[in-house]
Amino acid sequence: MHEHSRAHQLAPEAKILAALGFVVSVAVTPRQAVWAFGVYTATVLALAVWSRVPIRFLAFRLTAVLPFIVVALIIPFVASGEQTAVAGMRLSVEGLWGAWNIIAKTILGASVSILLTATTEIPEIIRGLGLLRVPALFTGIATFMIRYLELVADELARVRVAMTSRGYDPRWLHQARPIAVSAGAMFVRSYERGERVHAAMLARGFDGEMPDFGKRRASREEWIGVAVMVGAVFVVAIVALVST
Amino acid sequence: MILAMHAPDGFLNPSTALSTAIISVMVVGLALRQSRDQLADRAIPLAGITAAFIFAAQMFNFPVLAGTTGHLLGAALAAILLGPSVGVVVVTVVVVVQAFVFADGGLTALGYNILNLAIVPVYGGYAAFRLFRRMFPSSFGGVAGASGLAAWSSVVLSAMAFSIQWLFGASAPVAFDDVFSAMVGVHLLIGIGEGLISALAVGAVLASRPDLVHGARNLDSTQLADRRAMKTRTFVVGGLLVALVFAGVVSQFSFDRPDGLESVAEETGFAASGSEHTLADSPFADYATAGIDNEKVSLAVAGVVGALVTIAVGAGILLAVRDRRGRDPAMV
Repeated sequence: MHEHSRAHQLAPEAKILAALGFVVSVAVTPRQAVWAFGVYTATVLALAVWSRVPIRFLAFRLTAVLPFIVVALIIPFVASGEQTAVAGMRLSVEGLWGAWNIIAKTILGASVSILLTATTEIPEIIRGLGLLRVPALFTGIATFMIRYLELVADELARVRVAMTSRGYDPRWLHQARPIAVSAGAMFVRSYERGERVHAAMLARGFDGEMPDFGKRRASREEWIGVAVMVGAVFVVAIVALVST
Repeated sequence: MILAMHAPDGFLNPSTALSTAIISVMVVGLALRQSRDQLADRAIPLAGITAAFIFAAQMFNFPVLAGTTGHLLGAALAAILLGPSVGVVVVTVVVVVQAFVFADGGLTALGYNILNLAIVPVYGGYAAFRLFRRMFPSSFGGVAGASGLAAWSSVVLSAMAFSIQWLFGASAPVAFDDVFSAMVGVHLLIGIGEGLISALAVGAVLASRPDLVHGARNLDSTQLADRRAMKTRTFVVGGLLVALVFAGVVSQFSFDRPDGLESVAEETGFAASGSEHTLADSPFADYATAGIDNEKVSLAVAGVVGALVTIAVGAGILLAVRDRRGRDPAMV
């Protein structure tokens, strides 16, 4: 997403903290406070419009959580407790509440993550995590993982293409041998690439610390904006907690 | 292999999310320090690119049952190839990046996702690997066989860990017994795939660069050259052991479940008065009232399972610490 809304320009550490504050509020909100989930949904939609992330894009990315929604939909059928009849089916009342709880929180949480990733470039997210005191070793490993992910995935895909072009199309477990063996070979290649990259880094003056490029940090205004947004959401969560 | 298990927000209650997050941060912090000692300044490129490998390996999907696919977890594979400390760091990076960058798995669920997908299967899988290495001969086949059984165990341990957390932090009143038998049962089956792929992958690495297999560092070249397949009997005995331990735990309570009570009801004539639905209405179908005996049994089973997972993970952490102390500097 190469849009340039205000949301895209926000410093990543501020955005990450805002997202975390939002999902924590959603997570602690009791399920009976249906109105609170309405407020959260409205906030997410407003944030999507403000950051110019198309709602259709958001909805498309949300399909990734469908398996969990399916699991949640099974709960009313297998849960215990007082039963009720809906359209001729016997469902557990507690189970219905449980399913609602999981579905609402899953969709809201995933929407926030999607908005974060849609408005922040990947290296910026990792940099933001580093500014939020995630250890440098961890963010360094994450940076390298992301940098080499497409390369490794491409290599694996090429192995698969090579296999298919020779008339072999393994898709069942008893055909796992070629896949597994090429995975082993891929590990050797990845490890050796790591050693080569390390040698190249040493040759260019790497001393164990990743250089800090001194990029922009969140300004005071940005922190105030985040505090106001998260504070408002916290108030909703607290009111919901107290009122139920 | 594992079913899609990057749990979203709200799957377990907030206090479980918080307590698992605290445990995960502490354990991963320990693993980070150990990785730095093990790899020194090679840590970032080496662990980074092998993390990319694990991430890519997880993209392999295999059909499991109608409509569901399982994917490789790769936690035991990482533990055996890289050692448990680096393994935990690498798989944790994969899980964290999936949550923050690919919106896969909830941000508030990170605590239990890291615990279930990285810490438990890596340390637990490594402990199982070391156990099977002792049982099996020190040869090519022995290492590959131990890798397979360890990877299988790691997936089942992961499913067990999730069920235990469900016991404490369930967001819906689905009985622990049901979640436990469903999760462990399914993963006992699809874990065979994880084991098969891991064993073959470790074998492929052993064949070309045996020095890269952390879990086989103590093998010399003559032992590695011993490419005879491991005695089938030894492997079958090991496999049976795994199946027996896990199946024993699972079956422990299928006998004490309400089915037993239902049959009592049938014998005493309760059931004769109505269909299954009327039985569902009766207090006997309800865990809360009918489950007094069962509750004790499930709590006992939960205790045994919790102890099993904890012992496996604890053994893995201890082995990781001891490995580092006793390591040969030339072998890192």
